[in-house]
Amino acid sequence: MSDAPAALTLENISKRFGPVAALTDVSFRVEAGHVHALLGENGAGKTTLMHVAFGMVAPDRGSIRVNGAVVAIDAPSDAIAAGIGMVHQHFTLVPAMTVAENLALGGRGLLHHEAMTKVVRDVADATGFALDPSAAVETLSVGAQQRVEIAKALARQARILVLDEPTAVLAPPEAEELMRWTRRFADAGNAVVLITHKLNEALAVADHVTVLRQGRVVNTGAAADTSARELTIAMIGEEPGATRAGASVSHHVNAGRDSNARSTAAVVLAARGVTVRDRRGRARLIGASLEVRAGEIVGVAGVEGAGQWELLRALAGRIPTDAGVIEHVAQVGFVPEDRHRDAALLDRSLTDNVALRAAGQRRGRMPWRALRARTRSLMHDFDVRAPSSDAVMRTLSGGNQQKLVVARELSTDALHEAASASGVSAPRAIVVENPTRGLDVRATAAVHARLRAARDGGAGVLLYSSDLDEVLTLADRVVVLHAGTLREVPARRDLVGRAMLGTT
Amino acid sequence: MRVSSGAVSSALVALGGVLAIIGVIALLLFAGGYDVARALDALWTGSVGSWYSLTSATLVRAVPLMLTGCAIAVAFRAGVWNIGAEGQLLAGGAGATAIALTMPTAGIPALVLALAAGAAAGAAWAGIAAVLRERFGVLEVISTIMLNFVALYAVSFLVRGPLQEPTHAYPQSASIADAVHLARIPGAGRLHAGIIVAIVIVLAAGWVMRHTASGFRLMAVGENPAAAASAGMIDVRRVTSLAFMTSGALAGLAGAIEVLGVTFALYEDLSPGYGYTAIAVALLAGLDPWRVVLTSLLFAALEAGAGAMQRDAGVPSTLVAVIEALLILGVVAAQAIRVRRVSVMTDGDAPQEGLA
Repeated sequence: MSDAPAALTLENISKRFGPVAALTDVSFRVEAGHVHALLGENGAGKTTLMHVAFGMVAPDRGSIRVNGAVVAIDAPSDAIAAGIGMVHQHFTLVPAMTVAENLALGGRGLLHHEAMTKVVRDVADATGFALDPSAAVETLSVGAQQRVEIAKALARQARILVLDEPTAVLAPPEAEELMRWTRRFADAGNAVVLITHKLNEALAVADHVTVLRQGRVVNTGAAADTSARELTIAMIGEEPGATRAGASVSHHVNAGRDSNARSTAAVVLAARGVTVRDRRGRARLIGASLEVRAGEIVGVAGVEGAGQWELLRALAGRIPTDAGVIEHVAQVGFVPEDRHRDAALLDRSLTDNVALRAAGQRRGRMPWRALRARTRSLMHDFDVRAPSSDAVMRTLSGGNQQKLVVARELSTDALHEAASASGVSAPRAIVVENPTRGLDVRATAAVHARLRAARDGGAGVLLYSSDLDEVLTLADRVVVLHAGTLREVPARRDLVGRAMLGTT
Repeated sequence: MRVSSGAVSSALVALGGVLAIIGVIALLLFAGGYDVARALDALWTGSVGSWYSLTSATLVRAVPLMLTGCAIAVAFRAGVWNIGAEGQLLAGGAGATAIALTMPTAGIPALVLALAAGAAAGAAWAGIAAVLRERFGVLEVISTIMLNFVALYAVSFLVRGPLQEPTHAYPQSASIADAVHLARIPGAGRLHAGIIVAIVIVLAAGWVMRHTASGFRLMAVGENPAAAASAGMIDVRRVTSLAFMTSGALAGLAGAIEVLGVTFALYEDLSPGYGYTAIAVALLAGLDPWRVVLTSLLFAALEAGAGAMQRDAGVPSTLVAVIEALLILGVVAAQAIRVRRVSVMTDGDAPQEGLA
């Protein structure tokens, strides 16, 4: 590396949260003009490390240097003053306020409308972003909101930009555009830290790569000197097998499945001309028709707000439709993307969480003995690692929580415990939404394996993922939503990507 | 082995808790310059130290605390923050009085009807807040507190108007005929059959919460309404409304029992704040109806003893209010520490919580 002081240097950072060592003696540097990718599984400490740099987490040990000089960063305001900007995974914008107002937040003194607008125009000129100062943030697409986040950091003169999983919420063309912008921003003499778990993204744009595992640096060096395979092994500590990390480098379309057999299999879930309106009466899903047959995984692709939220919930029977018909066998299982909010009772036992399925239809006494047995068998079948069926949901890792939720939703009619105590059987329909969001490579592979097993066992699966690679990896066929309209598209990355943006 | 050691350890914890409470009381008494020995002696004899005080003071007070405590537990479990047990108790007392006075000679059927009327009145009073919550999104914390005052003034109006005793001299209703009284329990002073009603109902409520689908739905909705609706396909509004009304019915029943077993007439000051103490009773019991039986006894004993301390040792009974407040703070702090521990562990492990 060069002799000039790095833009940002983190030296020997250690941090514990109670009994958990989140970071152990981590050193990290990013130089001006460079993009440095920070890789690792979820929970490896990537975000925690950058929260240290941004003053959101106080390290137990270690120091921070900016341009060679030690700085005390005790709060985000110190980091901003030192020229560090961070774009968080979950945006920190005020939805009801305009772009200009969001950029003015955190400033001091009086507000001048003219000056606020000028700031937005200056940033727009400098970045090439199309920013409308008077647009309310809530009316913007996710990609546009992200550009406002970046603009906010740059309006405060950030020369060191931390991007936390920036492409997770973007459609492939938007993601590629953002990566190109990131490269240009670095080439202009700025430093970028790119937190990601997408290996090909890191290798494509970064100059340097650092891999964290369990809070330690396990691999660091020039991006040109490494490979996806080497990084995968560094991230998970062993050969990956058939994991997503491997799959997303060279994703394969499910081949060799007998499409004739599939097209004659029974329809387990169907939408016929389904329209769903939001509370303001705007149609979010327009006349969608779709059939899911036993033994297939139908993938849904679409950018945020294209109507997938409505499509999935209408098919799962979770929201009413404004027009059209939903047809399904038995009860439809549903794995929502936000499992903490929509799928789990975090402070209750695993048995309670299993009992939640179809609790609305249950009558009389709770068959606790059967439910406990059922929970144990699901834990066994789905490899849910927990001390017992009485363990509290919250104490499980995200991967194990999700495995239990998937197990519950895949299992047969919950009201007949005695008949189905052995877990999964019989053709079923299940709707899954971002089933591996927030999961590490291993848990992701496990969830994928369960979905494939369910498909092979005769279930019809409808899968939406904001990660297009995941859709292409798992789906037998793909439908794309654009602005509420659904159509089937050949499962090719370029075609799907274009259909997502409505540019075919 | 495990069960018995668990039982022993929780018994020890309970014993330690009681000793700690007595210790804190002694400390406060000492700091206030009172005769500690004499005051503690009064606290003891006035609560559980004599048969008379145990039955006529402590157990008689435990009945309304048990039912209102259970009312709060049911509501809070469902995520319904019903602070209105006091008002629902008053509504129940008024409803029971009205029925009991119209049927002075009917005996047991009238008694049962009066108890039912009390429960119905309490449920209806809670129903106002339930409708405001489900229809208009009015926070029940606010509406139930307000309705407590409305209930108080409504009773005040009733005992000066439609329900006032025939001579129109006192702000109270006519006396309820003996035939419609809850029977005294022989040899137990002023203690009446209401305690049996209360214990049976609270035990039944605990059983329903633990073992039935309705109880499970109640808990699920209270834990996470979004997941209850999405994963459980539970009609959340129906469950919360039902919990709210059930809570009101339990508090109303407490008021009816108070009127039919203790006061035999409707008074403005029917309740010395049972509906508020009930919140402490329920929280200390961890919102478990079965444990409410025990915590209601503890609070009843403290309040009975407080009265005796005031009479016999000149100690203001507000001192016991301080103790009750400390108890609640202790419980809340213990829960907060437990939650914090769990979430710290989870944060290190599950990055989507916002750390890694």
